[in-house]
Amino acid sequence: MSIIEEKKTGSNLKNLKVVTANEAVALAVKCARVDVVGAYPISPQTSIMEYLTKYVETENLPIEIIRVESEHSAMAVAMGAAAVGARAFTATASQGLLYMAEMVYWVAGSRLPVVMAIASRAMGAPWILGNEHTDIMLPREWGWIVLFPEDNQEVFDTIIQAYRIADKTLIPVIVGLDGFIMSHTTMPISIPDQSIIDSFIPKNTPKPYALNTENPFTHGNAVSSNLYMEFRYDIFRTIEEAEDLVDQVDREWYELTGRTYGGTIQEYMLDDAEVAIIVMGASSGDAKQAAMNVRQKYNIKAGVIRLRSIRPFPVKRLSRIASRLKCIGVLDRNMSPGLAGMIATEVKFALYELENRPIIQAYIGGLGGKDIKIEDFENIYLELHEMMQGKRKVEKVRWVGLDLSAVEAYFEEV
Amino acid sequence: MTSIKQLPYEEYLLAGNGSCPGCGLTIGLRNVLKAVGKDVYMVVPASCSSVIQSPFPNSSVTVPLLNTPFAAAAAAASGMVRALRVMGKDSVVMVWAGDGGTFDIGLATVSGAAERNEDILYICYDNEAYMNTGGHRSGATPLGTFTGTTPTGKKENKKNVPLIMAAHKVPYIATASIAFVTDLYDKILKAKNIKGFRYIQIFSPCTPGWLLPTEKSVESAKLAVQTGIYPLFEIENGVFKISAPSKAYLKKEKRKPLQDYFKIQGRFKNLKEEQVKMIEQWIDEMNEEYANLDGKKII
Repeated sequence: MSIIEEKKTGSNLKNLKVVTANEAVALAVKCARVDVVGAYPISPQTSIMEYLTKYVETENLPIEIIRVESEHSAMAVAMGAAAVGARAFTATASQGLLYMAEMVYWVAGSRLPVVMAIASRAMGAPWILGNEHTDIMLPREWGWIVLFPEDNQEVFDTIIQAYRIADKTLIPVIVGLDGFIMSHTTMPISIPDQSIIDSFIPKNTPKPYALNTENPFTHGNAVSSNLYMEFRYDIFRTIEEAEDLVDQVDREWYELTGRTYGGTIQEYMLDDAEVAIIVMGASSGDAKQAAMNVRQKYNIKAGVIRLRSIRPFPVKRLSRIASRLKCIGVLDRNMSPGLAGMIATEVKFALYELENRPIIQAYIGGLGGKDIKIEDFENIYLELHEMMQGKRKVEKVRWVGLDLSAVEAYFEEV
Repeated sequence: MTSIKQLPYEEYLLAGNGSCPGCGLTIGLRNVLKAVGKDVYMVVPASCSSVIQSPFPNSSVTVPLLNTPFAAAAAAASGMVRALRVMGKDSVVMVWAGDGGTFDIGLATVSGAAERNEDILYICYDNEAYMNTGGHRSGATPLGTFTGTTPTGKKENKKNVPLIMAAHKVPYIATASIAFVTDLYDKILKAKNIKGFRYIQIFSPCTPGWLLPTEKSVESAKLAVQTGIYPLFEIENGVFKISAPSKAYLKKEKRKPLQDYFKIQGRFKNLKEEQVKMIEQWIDEMNEEYANLDGKKII
């Protein structure tokens, strides 16, 4: 029986394991036969490293886990390993990503195919553990491909896809996941046969970038201004062109496992949709439910555009989808202070030249782990529907779930 | 002990690199690489050494070299050496870092790698300031020194990183000098064959940074040993041993006058009399301490 036939009979749901998204990451790293891991604890990412060290120590796996003294060093470890051709991994979140930032940028400039998981979390001050996407949005300018899955199965699959994409582009890849909402909640996932993974991300490919003593060269030494911009352009172009590659790799994964996530964008109920919400990650499930609800309750033709790839930003796909829509709401779980959410600003740039440009309304919500409910999404659909009918004005940005009375009450008390 | 005539003819650091005339670090690197040989991977953080490699696509070293940001070298070398060992390669992984990258911004990273006893040959070429930025004080700059950020002289004294490394109980620690090339060569040769974290700190004059005539680079390094301000020693498996070039100068009466060392360098021109006394006292105490430690297991 071929793999595709197996898929059709549903037997691809074998080797099920009930895991958190963090354990899904750790399992994927193990299945990807990673050589070297830079490990440093930070919530909500920490259990990735706990699982990995447990696998390595109890199963005696040939993975070198270096328990370093900072996130900066965690990424440096991954870089040093990748520079000699090893497969490298690290993970972080929030403050850790900020501390690591210098190395994250350097690895991208070095064109080393490192993969990193980020369990998204808000950043201080004040101290905050809750989920938000501002951290995951920052490296979009740093020369990495940034993918953001929706659930634990997709997290596992996307880590594997990430190594394929990184090896092909020599652009490092971040796989984000919603902190706590996914990192600490379980669902059953199916682990593909190891042979499928080995064939999908082979390790013995030629690595012309790898330092070696037979043909010594210098990695990362100074360049003139005449070359630097050309190197930056190559990163720009490679990530731009990766829009097709991310779609293609997801299709290839489908051929092997029967699972697909739409590549750069997962489209939900968009065939006849007039209004749609652009959303990322775990909230997408609630957005989908809300789309179904408003279709039934109010007969609003609603759909969901789940942005799965932040970089490459899927301008081509999004333009095709948007040209069929009348009104789009963009829900950002991040903010660019005084402007709007970061995805909304990019969506407006991407769609500005569109002939039949839809109305675009920016929303900010869910910062610091504040819940975004299904009713909030339903409300957004109602607002978008009113904008479409001309009954409501578009604003620069609307906040979801903002309750200033709680702050006022606190200051009255003190 | 290797004699100067026995040093290998092979050159791994090429002529025509971007270093200044009289550069101390290039004398050091040239001879370090002669001792290490070609089976080595270099890791270099931000420093003069990132600049003097010559711009892409040229390279002035004939061994593989990875450039890293300032604080990252010891960690990048950790990842690299573990990867090489997983791949079955036994090559030396050598960090070549300045004192800023070692004493200051990189100290946590160096300490982490030392605590894990990573199989790294870590070499700090110590020119006693941030010279690549144009001469600015570091934790390695001695008391009273003029730099761009200590225009009236540094208020604090140099920190003792070799003894900080000793507190990590790593298998090999040494100080060396570019003026005593065979001592340096032998230390590298020995360190090369030891497993685990090895720390070697090489005294490397910087002619523009020290306001030092270019022809006095080696002379100043020699005087640093002869005046007892920079004693050379080894700590091998915890046993402290004063190196031959410094042996005689443990005794105060054998030391050359400190002024011989100070007067050829513009960086000491602002030294006040009481600062000179403080430095003299520091040298006396340090050498007395080292004389007591000599031959003993200290960690």
